[in-house]
Amino acid sequence: MAEATNQNPQGAIESTVVDWSSDQTVFKGVPWGKAMMWIFLLSDTFIFTCFLVSYMTIRMTTGAPWPEPSLVFGLTVFGMNVPLLLIAIMTFILITSSGTMALAVNMGYRGNKNGVFWLMLATALLGLSFVGMQAFEWSKLISEGIYAWENQMEAAPQFGSIFFMVTGFHGLHVSAGVAYLAIIAFRVRMGKYDKKGYDIVEITGLYWHFVDLVWVFIFAFFYLW
Amino acid sequence: MAQAEIPYQESMELSHPHSWWTKYWFSQDHKVIAVQYGITAIAVGLVALVLSDLMRIQIAFPEWEIMSPDFYYQAITMHGMIMVIYLLTAFLLGAFGNFCIPLMCGARDMAFPFVNMLSYHVYLLSVLILLVGYFVPGGPTGAGWTLYPPQTITAGTPGNEWGITTMLASLAVFIVAFTMGGLNYITTVLQARTRGMTLMRMPLTVWGIFMATFLGLLAFPALFVSAIMMLLDKWIGTSFFMPAIVSLGEHLEYSGGQPLLFQHLFWFFGHPEVYIVALPAFGVVSDIISVNARKNIFGYRLMVWALVAIGILSFIVWAHHMFVAGMHPFFGFFFATTTLIIAVPTAIKVYNWILTLWRANVRLTVPMLYALSFVLTFILGGITGLFLGNVIIDVPLSDTYFVVAHFHMVMGVAPILVIFGGIYHWYPKITGRMLNDRIGRVHFWITFLGTYIIYFPMHYLGFIGTPRRYFDNLGVSDFYPMSAHYLNDVITIVALVVGASQLLYIYNLVYSYFRGEKASPNPWGAASLEWCTPQTPPEHGNWGDTLPTVHRWAYDYSVPGHDKDFIAQNEPQRSPA
Repeated sequence: MAEATNQNPQGAIESTVVDWSSDQTVFKGVPWGKAMMWIFLLSDTFIFTCFLVSYMTIRMTTGAPWPEPSLVFGLTVFGMNVPLLLIAIMTFILITSSGTMALAVNMGYRGNKNGVFWLMLATALLGLSFVGMQAFEWSKLISEGIYAWENQMEAAPQFGSIFFMVTGFHGLHVSAGVAYLAIIAFRVRMGKYDKKGYDIVEITGLYWHFVDLVWVFIFAFFYLW
Repeated sequence: MAQAEIPYQESMELSHPHSWWTKYWFSQDHKVIAVQYGITAIAVGLVALVLSDLMRIQIAFPEWEIMSPDFYYQAITMHGMIMVIYLLTAFLLGAFGNFCIPLMCGARDMAFPFVNMLSYHVYLLSVLILLVGYFVPGGPTGAGWTLYPPQTITAGTPGNEWGITTMLASLAVFIVAFTMGGLNYITTVLQARTRGMTLMRMPLTVWGIFMATFLGLLAFPALFVSAIMMLLDKWIGTSFFMPAIVSLGEHLEYSGGQPLLFQHLFWFFGHPEVYIVALPAFGVVSDIISVNARKNIFGYRLMVWALVAIGILSFIVWAHHMFVAGMHPFFGFFFATTTLIIAVPTAIKVYNWILTLWRANVRLTVPMLYALSFVLTFILGGITGLFLGNVIIDVPLSDTYFVVAHFHMVMGVAPILVIFGGIYHWYPKITGRMLNDRIGRVHFWITFLGTYIIYFPMHYLGFIGTPRRYFDNLGVSDFYPMSAHYLNDVITIVALVVGASQLLYIYNLVYSYFRGEKASPNPWGAASLEWCTPQTPPEHGNWGDTLPTVHRWAYDYSVPGHDKDFIAQNEPQRSPA
């Protein structure tokens, strides 16, 4: 076989192939941890896809009627029933946390240790408040008689099952992310990455943005459909 | 990014263990982890082997009454699950993957040795949870390895009390373990190769393991999700998979669930799983054949692309396992077509193996015997797959021994032969000693001929309609000719002999570790990188002070005008004179 590096690539596709299949690394300049996080997220995407496809299948095949989301997920404020209010706030908070995370990554590349620490901590706190509101939402639904195995609305029992399972699984991801963010934030502050560089902040950010993106899909499929 | 190239591999920090525990138990050395995976997989595989022999005795000699129907169904379930997941997947990816990837790519270790170490211990935990099934009230689940609901969790199925829980929990834990290992394999192959090791210079073993790991990372999520949903059905009374159902005269609390959804999820995992097992086997076999034929592998590029094509296609064929579950004829047509299309890249691989052997100077070493027997077995098992891929032929054959024969040939015997061959091939590098040749040959012939005597007649038994999974398969009807009964008895006797002969192989592994002939660094005259380590067996860190530099692909055998009949991958190109 000829030396692959000696080939003279023609055109965009061929040069991309030659570049990717050249020696040592496929993705040039990408740290191992970042590559690994991307691959993990790809695998995790399949988990959530399986959950959502199962949800669609079950919703379409179950015999009993599916409840109206704007009625189930309403919140009464000042005597007025506002549909999807809580969930709008939760979504806003999670999207905001993605913003603070992006700022933290930026601070990391500037080498601003304090900035990274406080922004990551802010991200973790926003995530924590999201989980808190989710707990509130759950307890509200449960107090209204919607359980994972049945409900008092004459609606399909699968509604509660799939809702609690998927939002619960996502909530676990957020909780794990909060812990991950907090640990990395404190390790940054302790100066553990002064020598290695702040790639880890970006890697943590990848995970956090992913959890956010998944939420957008859950939001669309559970609250808007 | 500003920096174009970061020499990660050079600056990698390795843990330097001092105590016995960190060196041999919680080791972060990929070679030790590979051996740990291998030993655990073989140990749990022996459990499955004993179960299969017990089942064979029951099927051939039901009048002996050695077991209850419950025990039989539990044995079927545990045998299938252990063999497919805890032995084949764990061995081909956990043991071969761990050992081969860093050595063949020229890395010091896996990208994240600590995660790799955790991967093994979580795998060990999953094996223990699985085996705990035999000690819980009601025993392990007897739902069949496919675990189809609703019968999996309704009364009457053995193990519906606790066994199903331990099984599903064990699978979920296994998937966590596999993910930790798999992320490492992929990252190492993509980002941690040595200088000069381009993707198209990697040995096919690495390509096969790499593609299989990708399949695993994308297919296991479906199993994970279905395991969670079934656990919820079982324990908190959700009805994901459970329709309204009357069991033992009692109306159960379930309603409105979708049992077919489980089958789709299960086979979306289950079909790629076949290739998770097959692709590493393809890779290992390609390398063994090339080394022992003293020729370069025929059509290397096509071999790589065939692996990739099989990997992609394997995700769109899953419902061919569900033809008898009832589906729209259009879907049957679609999945039959995709299934038959997968035969094209597979046939490319088989032709390339045969063309590699064409006019080659074949050395019939023991690994080569295993590799050749794999090719034969895979062809025969694959051809019956074409039968079953067609809806109209599948429907009458689906629940017969024909299917048993088919999948045992193609994904039972074939990959096991590769595992034997692969161990034989790399044992000198792992331990520094050769395996005993005579025991190896005796074991090979008993296993090879024995499996053919076992599985070949099963095709016939299937054609005459012997049902699979039955406790007493020929007792259900008296229209079976006497010949079927004789065949059934012969199969059992040979299965016992083949089962017992596996002890020979294990004896060989143990005996040769202490008494085997000392191995030279490269006993097979192989060109790939793992045979170029400075020490045999390689030390922690694999490559001494400097990483090797690769100058050529892994298949330079019998190059004209060269003094040796192979050129190692790290040998520089001669400057054009």
